[in-house]
Amino acid sequence: MNGEKKPVLELQNVTTHYGPILMLQNLSVEIFPGEIVCLLGGNASGKTTTLKTILGMIVPTEGSVYLGGEKISGLNTMEIVKMGISMVPENRRLFKRMTVRENLEIGAFLRTNGKSLDEDMERVFTLFPRVKERLNQRAGTLSGGEQQMVAVGRALMADPKILLMDEPSMGLAPVLVEQTFEIIQQINEQGTTIFVVEQNANMALSIANRGYVLQTGKIVLADTAQGLLNDSMMRHAYLGEA
Amino acid sequence: MATITRRIFLKRFSWTGLLLWALRIGVLVIVLWGSISTLASGRYSASTWLALLIAGLAQGSIYALIALGYSLVYGILLMINFAHGEVFMAGIFTSVFLAEALEESGFLARHPFLTIGALLLLSMAVSTTVALLLERIAYRPLRNAPRLVPLITAIGASFFLQYAFRGFFGSGFKVYPEFGRMMGQWNIFGANIQVVQVAVFLAALVMMAGLYWFVERTKTGKSMRAVSEDKEIAALMGIDVNRVIVITFAIGGMLAGAAGVLRGVYQPQGISFFMGFVPGLKAFTAAVLGGIGNIPGAMLGGLFLGVFEGIGPNLILQGLGIPAANQLKDVIAIVMLVIVLIFRPQGLLGERLAEEKA
Ligand SMILES: Nc1ncnc2c1ncn2[C@@H]1O[C@H](COP(=O)(O)OP(=O)(O)OP(=O)(O)O)[C@@H](O)[C@H]1O
Ligand SMILES: [Mg+2]
Repeated sequence: MNGEKKPVLELQNVTTHYGPILMLQNLSVEIFPGEIVCLLGGNASGKTTTLKTILGMIVPTEGSVYLGGEKISGLNTMEIVKMGISMVPENRRLFKRMTVRENLEIGAFLRTNGKSLDEDMERVFTLFPRVKERLNQRAGTLSGGEQQMVAVGRALMADPKILLMDEPSMGLAPVLVEQTFEIIQQINEQGTTIFVVEQNANMALSIANRGYVLQTGKIVLADTAQGLLNDSMMRHAYLGEA
Repeated sequence: MATITRRIFLKRFSWTGLLLWALRIGVLVIVLWGSISTLASGRYSASTWLALLIAGLAQGSIYALIALGYSLVYGILLMINFAHGEVFMAGIFTSVFLAEALEESGFLARHPFLTIGALLLLSMAVSTTVALLLERIAYRPLRNAPRLVPLITAIGASFFLQYAFRGFFGSGFKVYPEFGRMMGQWNIFGANIQVVQVAVFLAALVMMAGLYWFVERTKTGKSMRAVSEDKEIAALMGIDVNRVIVITFAIGGMLAGAAGVLRGVYQPQGISFFMGFVPGLKAFTAAVLGGIGNIPGAMLGGLFLGVFEGIGPNLILQGLGIPAANQLKDVIAIVMLVIVLIFRPQGLLGERLAEEKA
């Protein structure tokens, strides 16, 4: 169905090492405009490493990463972020000593699209009314769920073409996980392409269009969400069926 | 119930803990005993204490400006820039030549305030340049080295700067010129207050307020705070971390350069290649006192140390029967550092270290 469109983000045969240790092996991923794509995998399978490679925090030893057709592997993080990628990092990593408002302002640090800060803040407030009530509170004093909202809001403030999310379900109560994924869907409906990394395969596949499965640095499966939900290997290894 | 309290007691009890408490109580007893016996002897009047307080604030505000340089850099790089005393020295040492020239030409007598402005500009420019060169040449290549390595480099850089200035300008002492109008005195509540003390204190306050505003309100200030909390995420937000580090060193250098001129106007004597060592050490103490990495902490620590140095010897030591207590001023700073480390290792405003532990 995406045959004619060009991918927003594309990894072509990406291989990444940590020093001498081979981490990602020949990864190829395509994400098309408007999609929600998930990358599933267990602990230490290389999910975070994949995101770090996209963002130039680690330089791939082979292969390339393209954003909107332009090669971005080899650029530094700041240059890549400037081109329209935001990330909600693992464990949220807010600036805890700064206020919620300041966290959001920093999220808009590079924004050049001329829209006003207030407009983007309003967008965050409509998604998360709670954030508006906490604007002048130090981020470190927020509850885990609230921190998650601010982390997502901070990433949206840059008005990215594509939003990367590293395990948004981590450390959240089941109700909050569900809410988070509803919000992800909402953000996507507003036009932002999303690449979400998850261990919670059920949850991720419930909102995703397509998914990739990563095992010790290699992609072992790639299919539509429905296809993955029906795959027997998936059902055994990731979807909690005996 | 009893077993629970017992268990809590046992859990909390440790020999180091006991020793620390004994030390704390000992220090407190000595301080109180000395102070009370001095006050009871009635040797000094209230106006003398007021004069000592103002002098201490002037001295302390100079420490505070230098201490900010230590704290800002520590906040961003978790590194003690031990060459910062020399950054301070470089500015004032260079500006003394301009001061001499302006004095000889008669410009100083005609326009004392313009002269101070020019000296400030020169001193700040030189100190900033030295700070930036340190960052670029000595520290940046070691950014990912173990923490001990840049520390040793800093000490090496400190010696290098001292001997470079000695090599160029000799080892003699230089003297800042006198600024006529500043030398006056005011009589407030019977205390003799030197105009220059008030001027130094106010100038430093203005600069510190400016810094506080910059760090709290401007975009660059916010990016400095973000980098000091989490470099990786700051970069992810598109902040140029290297640029922020450079700006931090530059601000530290500017403040040290300004502190140099204030020091010269307040205490014109004793300008030499070695003059950065003691103020550097004291400003470092002040920064630790306030909680290293904490900006208001460095300001408060500097002022507190200055006042404590000014009043402490007379108030505490005299009462203990120690003669010529004022000669012990410099020792006070070091004693203070030790006391702070015993009472409150994280410094006066040092919540951030405690927070990071949690
Ligand atoms: N800087 C590094 N140097 C060396 N090895 C690293 C480094 N960072 C990560 N690794 C290793 O790479 C492997 C993959 O790490 P990664 O963080 O990508 O896993 P992950 O799939 O995100 O796991 P999790 O679900 O636990 O977050 C792990 O074994 C990890 O120990
Ligand atoms: Mg991870």
